Amino acid sequence: MSRAPLLLSLAALVAVLALASLLIGPAGAGPVASLKALWGGEGPLGIVLREIRAPRAVLAVMLGVSLGLSGAALQGYLRNPLAEPGLIGISAAAALGAVIAIQAGVSTLGLGVPAAGLAGALGGVGLILLLAGRGGSGLGLILGGIAVSALAGALTALVLNLSPNPFAAYDIMFWTMGSLADRSWAHVLTALPLMGLGWAVLLRAGRDLDALSLGEEAAASMGVDLGALRLKIVLGAAAAVGAATAVAGAVGFVGLVVPHLLRGAVGAMPSRLLPAAALGGAALVLTADIAVRLVMPERDLKLGVMMALVGAPVFLHLIWRTQVGK
Amino acid sequence: MSLSLRDLTVRRDGRVVVDRVSLNVSQGSFVGLIGPNGAGKTTLMRAALGLIAAEGFSDLAALPPSRRARRAAWLPQAREIAWPIPVEPLVRLGRRTDPDRRADTPAVAEAMAAMEVTHLRDRPATELSGGELARVLIARLLAQRTPLILADEPVAGLDPAHQFAVMALFQRLAGQGRTVIASIHDLTLAARFCERLVLMGAGGRIVADGPPAQVLTPERLQQVFGVGGSFLPTPSGPVFVTLPPPPSSPAPAPPDPADP
Repeated sequence: MSRAPLLLSLAALVAVLALASLLIGPAGAGPVASLKALWGGEGPLGIVLREIRAPRAVLAVMLGVSLGLSGAALQGYLRNPLAEPGLIGISAAAALGAVIAIQAGVSTLGLGVPAAGLAGALGGVGLILLLAGRGGSGLGLILGGIAVSALAGALTALVLNLSPNPFAAYDIMFWTMGSLADRSWAHVLTALPLMGLGWAVLLRAGRDLDALSLGEEAAASMGVDLGALRLKIVLGAAAAVGAATAVAGAVGFVGLVVPHLLRGAVGAMPSRLLPAAALGGAALVLTADIAVRLVMPERDLKLGVMMALVGAPVFLHLIWRTQVGK
Repeated sequence: MSLSLRDLTVRRDGRVVVDRVSLNVSQGSFVGLIGPNGAGKTTLMRAALGLIAAEGFSDLAALPPSRRARRAAWLPQAREIAWPIPVEPLVRLGRRTDPDRRADTPAVAEAMAAMEVTHLRDRPATELSGGELARVLIARLLAQRTPLILADEPVAGLDPAHQFAVMALFQRLAGQGRTVIASIHDLTLAARFCERLVLMGAGGRIVADGPPAQVLTPERLQQVFGVGGSFLPTPSGPVFVTLPPPPSSPAPAPPDPADP
């Protein structure tokens, strides 16, 4: 089977892109000087590399892994290629928490906003589990997710609507576009434990997701505990995506497009798609984050905007190809 | 005893779908579960497996899910397959609960050979014809290598040769000491291959239970299915055929449990 070579090449791609992410930026230093500065170089370049670019590259990998893995897990759980992390309402709930914090005057540079985002995600998870009901049906989860998304979206709009401070509204708008600019190691350390927990939970659900390919009834007869599986998927995706949204804002399309692109290469088996989609997501986010710095270096082009600009045509192409293939 | 049900009752929205079913199936038998649409055959098997809530007792439903999966395999009627997974890994999904990893490859090969799908092994399951997919899913069921098999209309949608092949395979498995319970709409096939038929009538009750010749009587066919039928002599033994109801006969009477 082609499993190991695919994962190895994706990992190599992620490594190359991460290195490129370290070497590209407005400081405009050469690659050799940059690398020297990274390994203990004194002066401003060393600080730029170690305190600005390195956490940015690491966060890009973490964000991509979270989104790609959650997207693949949710698609596998709901047995629907159109599922994506935003579907279960966690990113909207995390964004609401962050938006309320920004409105309350918390600086978008510190850790107050991510903390509020995590609180929002936690509230969203509680609500979705309450709404989705007991048992293990996927339909309940979709409906609960739509309800949480709609509610969080409405409350976010309400905050913007009632905002007496135009600067806060402006901050909120830009924050929700999603970005990895000006993030620090503190952001990495805030998000990493929760994300890591989410990754571990989702990766361990792979075998149950495989059985679920045959339908909920067949999976249950083969010993899959559907209720426990749903809890794993919701909590795993919520931890990963909630932490991702809390530190980087809303970044769409990664969780939708990456599993699509890699499904064929892994023989469509959900358990094999999970690690591939995690690495693929990291590669895509790194690429987009490099692109925002190259395309318009002088303007602060947001990562979420770039991803949507690239993701929407890719998605249309996928739909077109599926339709032609029929 | 391979399956033991006592007073199993399933209610859905206050309506009784399966009504106090008691059934004992001994090891090594091939039992056909027959009855008109909506008689509760599928619901009875789901309840026996513990996939849906039920009152009463089922020895299978009492087991924890992973142990139950090693004892009984279940073939749902819906032939669902979510992703274009190739046939071989799909059949291998049936191996998830067996702790003996060395048995995986032979079990999968044997199951694919039994269902004549070995030549399809690398084809994505979503590209197969309905009958081919049905056989692949039965292969998954066989790969589970459980002592008990429950199958919901396993031969629906198969061509005649494969219908015979599947029924003969189940008969052979029963001969080897495994137990098969299958719901079947084709009474001719059921009468030919099953040693015992369990007939369910409207209201989810067992109306008759026994060898085919005792269960498929003209009165009962008229009462439960609203058709006629009889065993006709052929060179390969008596064959059961269904016949249109006699023209003057009234509509099927509502089932009366007191009148077997």
